[in-house]
Amino acid sequence: MERPLTELIDLREGPLAREAYEHAGGYEAARRAVCDMPPREVIKTVEDSGLKGRGGAGFLTGMKWGFVPAGDDAPRPRYLICNADEMEPGTFKDRYLMEGNPHQLIEGMIIAAHAIQAEIGYIFLRDEYHRSAEALRRALAEAREAGYLGDSVFGSAFSCDIHLHTSAGRYICGEETALLNALEGRRAVPRAKPPFPPVVGLFGKPTIVNNVETLCCVPHIVSKGSKWFRQLSLTSDGGTKIFGVSGRVKNPGLWELPMGTPLREVIEGHAGGMRGGYRFRGVIPGGASTDFLVEEHLDIPLDFESVQKAGSRLGTGTMIVLDDRTCPVGMVHNLERFFAQESCGWCTPCRDGIPWIQKTLAAIEAGRGRPDDIELLHMHTRHLGPGRTFCAFAPGAMEPLQSALKYFDDDFRRHIADGRCPYNNHQTGNSNGNHHH
Amino acid sequence: MLSEEEKREIEAELPHYERRQALCIEALKIVQKHHGWVSDEAVRDVGEFLGMSPHQVDSVATFYNLIYRRKVGRHVIHVCDSVSCWVLGCDAVQDRLCEILGIKPGETTDDERFTLLPIPCLGACDHAPAMLVDKDLHGDLTPDNVEALLERYT
Ligand SMILES: Cc1cc2nc3c(=O)[nH]c(=O)nc-3n(C[C@H](O)[C@H](O)[C@H](O)COP(=O)(O)O)c2cc1C
Ligand code: SF4
Ligand code: FES
Repeated sequence: MERPLTELIDLREGPLAREAYEHAGGYEAARRAVCDMPPREVIKTVEDSGLKGRGGAGFLTGMKWGFVPAGDDAPRPRYLICNADEMEPGTFKDRYLMEGNPHQLIEGMIIAAHAIQAEIGYIFLRDEYHRSAEALRRALAEAREAGYLGDSVFGSAFSCDIHLHTSAGRYICGEETALLNALEGRRAVPRAKPPFPPVVGLFGKPTIVNNVETLCCVPHIVSKGSKWFRQLSLTSDGGTKIFGVSGRVKNPGLWELPMGTPLREVIEGHAGGMRGGYRFRGVIPGGASTDFLVEEHLDIPLDFESVQKAGSRLGTGTMIVLDDRTCPVGMVHNLERFFAQESCGWCTPCRDGIPWIQKTLAAIEAGRGRPDDIELLHMHTRHLGPGRTFCAFAPGAMEPLQSALKYFDDDFRRHIADGRCPYNNHQTGNSNGNHHH
Repeated sequence: MLSEEEKREIEAELPHYERRQALCIEALKIVQKHHGWVSDEAVRDVGEFLGMSPHQVDSVATFYNLIYRRKVGRHVIHVCDSVSCWVLGCDAVQDRLCEILGIKPGETTDDERFTLLPIPCLGACDHAPAMLVDKDLHGDLTPDNVEALLERYT
């Protein structure tokens, strides 16, 4: 099984240095793309590979690049931004890629920048990722020193530099238009779309925002071809995917696997199944803002389309497992507390609705829920659904809630009927008893 | 007044951004690096230096979780309170930290050694529960092992 994105990564050895990376064939794809491939051809290759964005939304990468206005009279400069904000709870894959092989990301960015003819690149990194920052700073300096960044990249007519920007912390910064405001030194509230960033983005100029993992796929597509990339996958969405599992499984971690690997294989095989004494209850498959899946879904293939058909989203592909001794209401309460805290406050339904949800869930968890609270929560999920708020944050926040209400209805009702949380490890809604193991 | 060094560091970022005001967040972070936090005076000084009103700067400063507008201790403990860590018992870890330090989340110890702040997912979910002390990431926390981890931070 091929693992192009992670085969060179060994975190015990620290980040891969430029020499080792080049020894394994690194930067050949970027050199070829920049020196021998017209931008249009690079875009076509990525389009044909079927690469879809790994940041959560799954948009076709090549198609997005194609939206940037081309030609000599198109606005300049243009920007390429790597979204390395990774604040989606339960998600830890981009950190691994940046700490393990920073040059792979830089090479992907050089190719992407050439494809859209961007002269300025930014890596928008969350501040807490100190090790990633160190690895990237060193790698950027090494690439600059080698002439792969800066004036005339690889001795060509193309010039591009990449600057590392560390954020000041706020989940909404990961939303691409909020990210643009953050990079402009403003409050990170999302912008109205259209216009979309490929046309009017950073400082009003054409801008492409791509996730770390997306960009890490690019050198491999250029070097081995779009057909090869497609055949890495078990389904129609191309490539491999980095899947992660956390929660009470035996072996939490990350694995690069073919896109379309069955959910069961990831949880029971790679993650080793549940820890002794715990049973599988459900899973949030792609980070905090995706719908729960349950036992009946264990055999679905993990690709964008299949997970969507099952009623959830592949999202970031890093999943959080719910076990039978953890309270689902408590878990959703934790998630909604996060969303209430991180709402940017720009639009009223989200700013006021999510704290209301949080309070309702807190009351239920503490045994003070009322029978009509369940209908109230259902109502919120409708009012904060797609198209009702200024950005995708609030609909995302509703995904774990609406699916918990569906699959764990009994649990909600029991809390209310009994006037307490039936999971003794959460009686106060507060401590979560490590005393179980 | 911003020190010469702070001004130099802020100026060094200028070529990377199209507008001077885009430096606002970088400037606040530089000030915080030197002083540990961002005081009202610092907000005013950054504004003056970048051509922004103190109000404009403060509206940015207060938006972000990691710009401290209040004084913090010598070491900041960011303990993750997001979902994977919650499933694996971060509440008990946080309770234990409060007990050891004698403070509540958001507070600073009397000796100004530690400030305890909850933080969203640290990207260490496979080693949940996790916390960040200054720049060091610590995972697989239990109520029993956190006290020893704090010893090295004096
Ligand atoms: C609230 C919110 C948070 C997001 N956070 C991130 C993030 O941390 N990293 C990321 O790559 N994409 C994030 N996204 C998705 C981005 O808006 C954008 O779709 C993505 O960066 C595009 O890259 P891709 O096409 O390569 O996936 C977030 C979206 C929303 C609505
Ligand atoms: S939905 Fe929430 S996060 Fe998005 S703009 Fe509205 S308030 Fe901000
Ligand atoms: S949820 Fe705590 S590190 Fe991810």
